[in-house]
Amino acid sequence: MSQYVLRRLMIAIPSLLGISVVLFVVLALAPGDPFSELATNPNVPPEVQAALRAKFGLDDPIHLRYLHWLNAMLHGDWGFSFVSRMNVDTLILQRLPATLYVIGSAQILALLIAIPVGVYAATKPYSLFDQIANTLAFVGFSLPTFFTGILFILIFSVTLDWLPFVYTTDIKGTGIHWVLEMIRQAIMPVAVLGLFQAASMTRFVRSAMLDVIRLDYVTTARAKGLGQAKVIVKHVMRNAMIPVVTLIALQMPAVFGGAIVTEQIFRIPGIGSLLISSILSNDTPVVMAVTFVFACLVVLFNLIADVLYGWLDPRISLR
Amino acid sequence: MAPLLEIKGLKTHFPTDDGILQAVDGVDISINRGETLCVVGESGCGKTVTAMSILKLIAMPPGRIAAGQIIFEGRDLVPLTSNELDEIRAKEIGFIFQEPMTSLNPVLTVGEQIAESLRRHEAVTRKQALDRTIEMLKLVQIPNAEGRVHNYPHQFSGGMRQRVMIAMALACKPKLIIADEPTTALDVTIQAQILDLLQDMKERFGMAVMLITHAMGVVAETAQRVVVMYAGKVVEEAPVDDLFGNPGHPYTQGLIRSIPRIDLDSEHKTRLEAIGGSVPILINPPVGCRFAPRCKFAMNVCTEKEPLLREIAPGHRMACHLGDTNLGGAA
Repeated sequence: MSQYVLRRLMIAIPSLLGISVVLFVVLALAPGDPFSELATNPNVPPEVQAALRAKFGLDDPIHLRYLHWLNAMLHGDWGFSFVSRMNVDTLILQRLPATLYVIGSAQILALLIAIPVGVYAATKPYSLFDQIANTLAFVGFSLPTFFTGILFILIFSVTLDWLPFVYTTDIKGTGIHWVLEMIRQAIMPVAVLGLFQAASMTRFVRSAMLDVIRLDYVTTARAKGLGQAKVIVKHVMRNAMIPVVTLIALQMPAVFGGAIVTEQIFRIPGIGSLLISSILSNDTPVVMAVTFVFACLVVLFNLIADVLYGWLDPRISLR
Repeated sequence: MAPLLEIKGLKTHFPTDDGILQAVDGVDISINRGETLCVVGESGCGKTVTAMSILKLIAMPPGRIAAGQIIFEGRDLVPLTSNELDEIRAKEIGFIFQEPMTSLNPVLTVGEQIAESLRRHEAVTRKQALDRTIEMLKLVQIPNAEGRVHNYPHQFSGGMRQRVMIAMALACKPKLIIADEPTTALDVTIQAQILDLLQDMKERFGMAVMLITHAMGVVAETAQRVVVMYAGKVVEEAPVDDLFGNPGHPYTQGLIRSIPRIDLDSEHKTRLEAIGGSVPILINPPVGCRFAPRCKFAMNVCTEKEPLLREIAPGHRMACHLGDTNLGGAA
């Protein structure tokens, strides 16, 4: 098992290198660089600009710049953000907790809704409960988060004035007040992202359950007189969760992607809004670092999916 | 003595978009203690649905028991809820299914799947349940039972899995075992082993066996009494020797003639006779005898009046107008 994980991590190295090359080239081809603002600044003489560009190697050929970046990365130097005037790794670490807090809570909310609702709907297919759950799920994943997000803000912040619509990291107050305020400001983004996730997950849980529930071994379990609840939890869910867990792990990168939009709407100072603002201000080192972090997450969650799959399903041996 | 299980006028229906599918339409079957009863018939004749109806293992809804009684040890099972039936499932009536490849849960060890039945029905500790499970696996002749108990189903062959299924069905020592085509999915050599094992177990525990099969060879080897089903109805019922020696119903005769014979010289061998046509779809079945369209002895009365079961010899009943003296002018 540990050997398998180790080997998978080794295989991840070339793919991550490939991803970084592509990212680097695409960013290099994009117009503008961190110093393009200097060019329009009349207070900086052209020779100073040229000296700075030469100092930071911005005019070197692309492969040299890539090797330079790679070398720095390998030494733990993620670069320097010219816009924020701080190191990229500090910047990312500063932004990451907000993202993880919101995404993590949203995923938990999604699971807490999707699993019970999906399981119960599958045990009573085409019942009233199932029909309502299905309809809501359909509505849920048809509505994009940028729409529901704005709708929520309109209803709960503007009209009802219950919740703040701007997320801040410097909440005044301490102790229990701080905790409550953190929860209060996260309610809307977590709800928007979590409900959207829950909608598609519910349908997936339901269909995975329905796939299993009609299988022969479920009849075997019922013939043992185990009772409905035990049959469903021990024999049906245990099997139905295999594809669900895999799907959730594989969806995580998409969840991070979706979080970018949500972070923009609610002004959450997370890693997603950092990416957007860096792109807009030509802060190449940050864009490069954030996209690379996303790439690592994709690779990592793929690995987690495979490991979980092997752990949940004894028929699969990880060698 | 009253029979162990008595099915009276059982009707199991499945509503479909085209009408009500009468999968089982008025079946009477009784099984005595310690007896092996074979239920034979083609695929789709209602054998499995009859068996599944006993413990309400059919999907309900859509399926439903429309009429009839299922009396087990003097108690009618039909009005019982699923929860009430749970006390009887595995404890009193054990089930062996057709497909050993798909009837075991792939993510639980075979030991766990046998032991959970024991823990459900008997006051045993985990350790005791495990010991009993190992004992059962030994009984069904699984080598290295102590080690194999912790294996998953995919680590067993088809025949071994069917042994596990038998061990599972027998674990709580039920009074009746219902085996639904337990050998159909297995190799011929394994089939004989599994049937032998079933016989052994039956003798050891003194239970009754209801063996559902479509193989007449299996019937001849194992049964004491035979029920022949056709299109959701019982068409003939007889002790096994009587059935093979003196089959009354044209359908039974057809079934017996479709068995290959190796005991005849080659010059006496005839072509195997197949019964033409197939089982009718049981939505709005025709009036009269359901076998009439495929029967070479069919008379006018056969498509007009439904034949009822009548005794033609002691313990031998059939539902056919042939030779019925009460039918004025009939053959």
